[in-house]
Amino acid sequence: MFAYIVRRLGMMMVVVFGASFMAYNLEAYSSDPLAELQQSTAPNKQYLIERLTRDLMLDVPPPIRYFNWLKGLVAGLWGQFDLGMTRDKHSVAEYIGAAIPTTFRLVIGSTVLAIVIGITIGMVTAIRQYSRFDYSMTFVAFLLFSLPVFWVAVLLKEYLAIQFNDFLLDPHMTWPYIIAFSLFAGLLWASIIGGERRRFYAVFVGVFVGNAILLEVLSLTSWFIQPGLGIAGVAVFGGVIAVAVTQISTGLDDKKALYASLITAGLVVAAYYPLQLVMNDKASLLTVIALFAGVLVAAGAVGYFITKIDRRAIMRTAMLTGFLAMIPVVVDRFMQEFGAYYKSDAINGRPIPTMGQANQLLTPEQAHNFWINSLDGFTHVFLPTVALTLISFAGYVRFSRGSLLEVLNMDYIRTARAKGLTERTVIVRHALRNAMLPLTTILVNDFAGVIGGAIITESIFGWKGMGSLFNQAIGSYDLNLFMGVFIISSFLTVLANLVADLLFGVMDPRIRIRK
Amino acid sequence: MAKKNQEVEQTTEKNENEISLRETAGLSQGQIIFRRFVRHRAAMFSLFSIVFIILFTYTASGIHLGSEKNPITVPGWWGHTIEEIDVAGANANLCENGIPGCPTLDILPSFIDGTGMQIGPHPFGQESLGTDYFALVMRGAEQSIMVMLVVGLLGVAIGTTIGAIAGFYGGWVDAILMRVTDLFLVTPTLIIGAVIGFRFGNAGVFPLAIMIGVFSWMGLARFVRTEFLSLREREFVDAARVAGASNARIIFKHILPNAIGIIIVAGTLLLSGSILLESALSYLGFGVQSPDVSLGLLISHYQDTFTVSPWLFFWPGFFIITIALCINFIGDGLRDAFDPRQKRRITKKDREQAKAAAKAGA
Repeated sequence: MFAYIVRRLGMMMVVVFGASFMAYNLEAYSSDPLAELQQSTAPNKQYLIERLTRDLMLDVPPPIRYFNWLKGLVAGLWGQFDLGMTRDKHSVAEYIGAAIPTTFRLVIGSTVLAIVIGITIGMVTAIRQYSRFDYSMTFVAFLLFSLPVFWVAVLLKEYLAIQFNDFLLDPHMTWPYIIAFSLFAGLLWASIIGGERRRFYAVFVGVFVGNAILLEVLSLTSWFIQPGLGIAGVAVFGGVIAVAVTQISTGLDDKKALYASLITAGLVVAAYYPLQLVMNDKASLLTVIALFAGVLVAAGAVGYFITKIDRRAIMRTAMLTGFLAMIPVVVDRFMQEFGAYYKSDAINGRPIPTMGQANQLLTPEQAHNFWINSLDGFTHVFLPTVALTLISFAGYVRFSRGSLLEVLNMDYIRTARAKGLTERTVIVRHALRNAMLPLTTILVNDFAGVIGGAIITESIFGWKGMGSLFNQAIGSYDLNLFMGVFIISSFLTVLANLVADLLFGVMDPRIRIRK
Repeated sequence: MAKKNQEVEQTTEKNENEISLRETAGLSQGQIIFRRFVRHRAAMFSLFSIVFIILFTYTASGIHLGSEKNPITVPGWWGHTIEEIDVAGANANLCENGIPGCPTLDILPSFIDGTGMQIGPHPFGQESLGTDYFALVMRGAEQSIMVMLVVGLLGVAIGTTIGAIAGFYGGWVDAILMRVTDLFLVTPTLIIGAVIGFRFGNAGVFPLAIMIGVFSWMGLARFVRTEFLSLREREFVDAARVAGASNARIIFKHILPNAIGIIIVAGTLLLSGSILLESALSYLGFGVQSPDVSLGLLISHYQDTFTVSPWLFFWPGFFIITIALCINFIGDGLRDAFDPRQKRRITKKDREQAKAAAKAGA
């Protein structure tokens, strides 16, 4: 194993070396930093050209100049990392160090959402193959697949951000909107739950009416500008989560698991008011992480003490429930801050921005408040996340559908059904796990393609991350900056491939890594 | 009861197998695939649409090749050109909100909005200088389709060659070729595309297309290589070799026809990927440069005027999406058609037909 990793790392170095050599020369030969100067009419033109030539070492041919650049990278081995200077005399490494967290913030939400939503819908379409839901989702997936992200982004800016902000001026949903939303929700849930025609219509009508009433109540109470879940909302979410998690994880027949989940959810609800004291204005990200850790420990203890039989599965169920039930509590805390945030001078009643990564007008007091600062981050990342999720979840739908269908046709699934296992066990335990295996590959590859995707997204939404550094590098013939971005993205790609191979070897016992 | 159910199930399964067997009896592999593809309704519809779009675009806009200095032009049937400037005409044709250059296309018949269906002199409207937007979009679509086809052809040609050689010969040839592929693969396509686009975008659309094509064969090469690796171990290859066939003959006559499915499917996906890549590059300003026109470039030009004249933004997007969507559906149909494990969905109608045929036979 160790030898394999070392060999792969060695090969990686060679590939990255070759690729960076190629990229360096491609960029060096295709750009001419002197072109602009040569057309200028400045009296000291000759001097300027000479200085630039000296600064950028333009008198050295690119293939040789490359090794000068490489020297700085190799020096990283003994800690003197040096990616050179940009043309405006800043350290490239510093620029990149500042840009990576931004890009990460931009893509992490959409990646997670796309994976969760995409895999869920993909699985449902596979289980309900050839149903109306399957056909419509296939069409939607193909449609989203074919959308250029910049086109979607402009539409989202206009129809989601600007019109939603306008809506908040008078937060009353009109009936046509309520009916349209409720129709959509009803159709969606009825198709997902499926079953006989009568059940389909029952679910549809139930969801339609419930949704319409909920929206009307929310409108009447001005919920959209003073949102919040309250202890009642947290309790409802907690109960639903407990039942749903138990159903998927162990099945509702396992009474101990159900009780463990319900007790966990109850604990979270009971802790609602004490938690409000903990999540005060001085809280930080650490507080939130500590809270989640605490819930996990408590849930684990509940699962541990409730039974001696099948402890692992029950603890897992309780912990998952605890984690998920905690999310509404934290979301509720953010929502409580929204009213003040919405009214503050910096926002001025238009909470969803179409450009930028942070509001510069926040007062220092607001900026130091963890809740407001994070809320500001959320509103800024909202549009890019929606756009990226729409574009990328289609791929996961198609892939997980195909993968699960392939597994469901295998003999061992037939065996499992023949043994009399419940459909839940067959799908969750037998099929799903194997269907998820090939997904790791595209998951990891998606992660590697992050910087490529960031180039467009950052340019549309005006973020200052890796993508905008790249745009700047190309636009201003900045070779060192270009190589900085390039080397990060190519390292990410090869690393991702290595991780994918190793993960595959760990998860799939049929695959043995050659010694 | 349970036993009866089982019997029923067995007979249904037998019947279904018979139905699919009867359909393929006496047909060659190619015919079976063709039949499967024709039956894929979405794919067939997409195939007709894409052929229609390409013919429509190319006849409307004509063909424009070559550089600025020595252009090769075949004019199309559309009366306006993209060089035309007609500010007065645009101002004469105001929209309800007072924006000049309103689109004259009206697909609603007169009993709905009272104006009647018409195409009018400027169906897609005019842009701010009065240039006919239909001509612009057609020229953009023409260029984008050209880039797409060139990239696709080049990608398939290079990818197949490299993948076939690596997979067939194996050993150090394979090792070297695959490292070269990795080398190209570690660079995100958009990054390479931007570098070459920034340089070759000025030189015209055709050189740009060729350069993008040179850098987009890697995925296909990997697919083809894997396919060749498994195919070359099969008995029919041994048989051919024993019969004295040369390597070239084995590659072209024996293995390649068996790998054609994977090549075609990956090729179609490459096509839809490349039209999106081209439009993204042009949108960023690294691809096709003005005065050339492409769909991505049109979107990037007119996105700021979206609120006042949305049609300038919608039409190029509509063409990109339609083309990419059609190609994706065709790819899906082809994949199903080439997949030997793919079972056709047996409908009620099929069962009834089979029953009727059995009765008639008995």
